[in-house]
Amino acid sequence: MRLSEHPILDFDRGERITFYYNGQEIEGYTEETIAAALHAAGIRRLGHSHELGRPRGLFCAIGNCSSCFMTVDGEPNVRVCVTKVQAGMRVEEQEGKGVIRND
Amino acid sequence: MIRDVEVLVIGGGPAGLCAAAAAASLGAHVLICERDYVPGGQLVKQTHKFFGSEKQYAGDRGIAIGRRLIEEAHQNPNIEVLTEATVIGIYEDGIVTVFHRNQHIKIRPKRTIITTGASEKFLAFPGNDLPGIYGAGAVQTLMNVAGVKPAEKVLMVGAGNIGLIVSYQLLQAGVEVVGIVEAAPRIGGYLVHASKIRRAGVPILTGHTVKEAYGKDKLEGVIVCKLDEKFQQISGTEQDIPCDTLCLAVGLTPLTELCWQAGCEMAFIRELSGHVPLVDENLETTVPGIYAAGDVSGIEEASSAMVEGRLAGYAAAGSLGYEPEKAHERREAAAAELSELRSGPTGEKILAGLEKTAAKLAARKGEAKGC
Repeated sequence: MRLSEHPILDFDRGERITFYYNGQEIEGYTEETIAAALHAAGIRRLGHSHELGRPRGLFCAIGNCSSCFMTVDGEPNVRVCVTKVQAGMRVEEQEGKGVIRND
Repeated sequence: MIRDVEVLVIGGGPAGLCAAAAAASLGAHVLICERDYVPGGQLVKQTHKFFGSEKQYAGDRGIAIGRRLIEEAHQNPNIEVLTEATVIGIYEDGIVTVFHRNQHIKIRPKRTIITTGASEKFLAFPGNDLPGIYGAGAVQTLMNVAGVKPAEKVLMVGAGNIGLIVSYQLLQAGVEVVGIVEAAPRIGGYLVHASKIRRAGVPILTGHTVKEAYGKDKLEGVIVCKLDEKFQQISGTEQDIPCDTLCLAVGLTPLTELCWQAGCEMAFIRELSGHVPLVDENLETTVPGIYAAGDVSGIEEASSAMVEGRLAGYAAAGSLGYEPEKAHERREAAAAELSELRSGPTGEKILAGLEKTAAKLAARKGEAKGC
């Protein structure tokens, strides 16, 4: 859920767009990070641990901890907490460590 | 192509912005590399009012201070701010490499001021990796930067200033705070923050800790228990607290990767919350020309980070020959400001830590002379 009223802050979210999470269409705003847009949609599980497959979410939200790695437009290990969302972006829960593209 | 820079500031938070402004005010050309989309560091999410004296903008909210510092940097023709620019390497030959919007940039700075700040500490307990367990800073980012309601029901861990302030901010955003758990027998933060929380009816459980967190695909609740005077869990005192979010405000630790990489001599200083670079009175590390200011050289408050930034900025510009007299004078004034900031009871710990680093630095110099 997005906050509409706040006693101190105004939010400039930018333009409304849609993107895809595991194929499902989700609303986002151009000034939001992918993680923020997913949280606004109630999605907190962002991936799974490599060994035991335990669910993972974000921890630090500023790009330090690497807990929020997802595959974005085919690129694995994207820190979605510090990457802005774009129209039509395909955001997916990552299986395993991901393969780095060679292009 | 290698770009020559007079003063490189790594990190555009409170310390970095102030370091840049100080160096630029004496005539030096400064490049700030900031990894985020916007400079300002953590100030951009701090809705609370600052303490200290007027010189450190006391009475203003962190966001307002941040806005002013960013504007000053943008208006100053001697300062260039490069955003989405992550410094990834400091090499032996003095070259600094930066990852900037999918490009690899090489910089040769005459002076470097490292102001990379800190990262949040974690806590060990079963289930601590469940989605819904966040650092207090993360919750602040979601709530105050993105404007997203970060939770419905939060349990906070840590009754220091960050835990208390973020709890209050959660209440402001319409989130239920079910309690604050604090391992120490006393509240660590300022009483003015604690009383606001208590007035809102949020219980503060001192002498308690998190025993475990549970939930299937995400956090569903937390078992807390009492601690004895040796910080050992007392069995039979468990309490089940249903919540969807556990917020950890258990302190920060300096973000020193670049200091290590640059070969700065480091030391573990408990009072400064981790490994820190040894710095002299100009905040210069043991690598000539590399300075460290703000949380990266010891966890303190944003007010002192700003003054440290200024001190390092004056010292760096002065060492390049920019108005050495004025640089010296302003450096002295900044040092006096720091002593004043640290003169209260909360400054005792910092001063004890700084004494340790000074002693280690002196011992190192003594050894160097001996051989």
